[in-house]
Amino acid sequence: MRFVPESKPIPSDTRKPERREPATGYRAGVRAVLPLVPAVLAFGASFGVLAQAAGMGAAASLAMSATTFAGSAQFAVVSVLGAGGTAAAAIVAAVLLNARYGPMALAAADVFRGGPLRRVLEAQLLVDESWALSNRDGRFDRQVMLGAGALLYVGWNAGTAIGVLAGDSLADPATLGLDAAFPALFLALLAPLLGTRTAVAAALLGAGIALALTPVTPAGVPVIAATAACLVGLARPRTLPAAARAGAADGRAGDDRRRTSARPRDARPGEASS
Amino acid sequence: MSAAWIAVLVVGAATIAIKAAGPVLAGERELPVGASRVLGLLAPALLAALVATQAFASEESLVLDERGAGLAVAAVAVLMRAPLLVVVVVAAATAAGLRALT
Repeated sequence: MRFVPESKPIPSDTRKPERREPATGYRAGVRAVLPLVPAVLAFGASFGVLAQAAGMGAAASLAMSATTFAGSAQFAVVSVLGAGGTAAAAIVAAVLLNARYGPMALAAADVFRGGPLRRVLEAQLLVDESWALSNRDGRFDRQVMLGAGALLYVGWNAGTAIGVLAGDSLADPATLGLDAAFPALFLALLAPLLGTRTAVAAALLGAGIALALTPVTPAGVPVIAATAACLVGLARPRTLPAAARAGAADGRAGDDRRRTSARPRDARPGEASS
Repeated sequence: MSAAWIAVLVVGAATIAIKAAGPVLAGERELPVGASRVLGLLAPALLAALVATQAFASEESLVLDERGAGLAVAAVAVLMRAPLLVVVVVAAATAAGLRALT
């Protein structure tokens, strides 16, 4: 989404620091995500419509939004199944898409409290938007994460129900251009991630692999194969003069938002206060 | 069991496990930089692949159709920092408009 977590450091010695402090509390999380609710409802609805069009059935569509709660993976499943792909291809594509939640949840692990079951349930409220909104310069605000996540969950499932109910009354989703909304949605989700050269390289390589394989492999496989593009993260010079090593390590750490504040040269948003 | 239900149940269980694994097992430990660097690139690689296939793939062939036009308009909207809702609406409207004309 648009709110790249370029969280501005709180100025310690300028006027009215309390006005610049990022809002906290469950209600702050709900408020932060309110502008997204129409889009979440619309996309929940379009998931419902397209899942019906792909023959998934009402119960399976609703169950998927309640358990998976991840737009890109759910759309990937619909598109693979709708294109005649197998369940296995759909599962692999969706699981690989959601693999990013592993490191994201790990980064925010101390946000979730209580016993194992409670942690499992709370962690389900982590999605791209709640993660990004609750990011406070590498740490995460528990109440913002859970407040934002809860509203996103309600909106996504309500939207899906609307889409499932309206699906029968709607014509071919292509008439409404809904199929063109998918690549646009993924492009809009992709754009904020392209902050580093490595990320741009991974994106270009991923798109290239997918397009190259489309004519020669079954539906679903091109997207799965494109995950190999993330290995560009390893393709960095490893043998450097000792003097340059520390600087290079910090430059690479710039790929990881949590570590960008370590070095003034990398902490561009904070240069005014440093 | 239908392919759809198999996909729904497996993907749902896997997603719940993926999200819960870190908070339940690892607690407060930090991810090694190398691993997080590679995994962090999964999202751009996969989203770009989805953009490419969903705009230009039809069954098992590459095509340039109304979806491609919608994507081009969406790209302009993204460059203009338009809200997500606007990006997707202009893409859908472009494709729907072109289809209505032809």
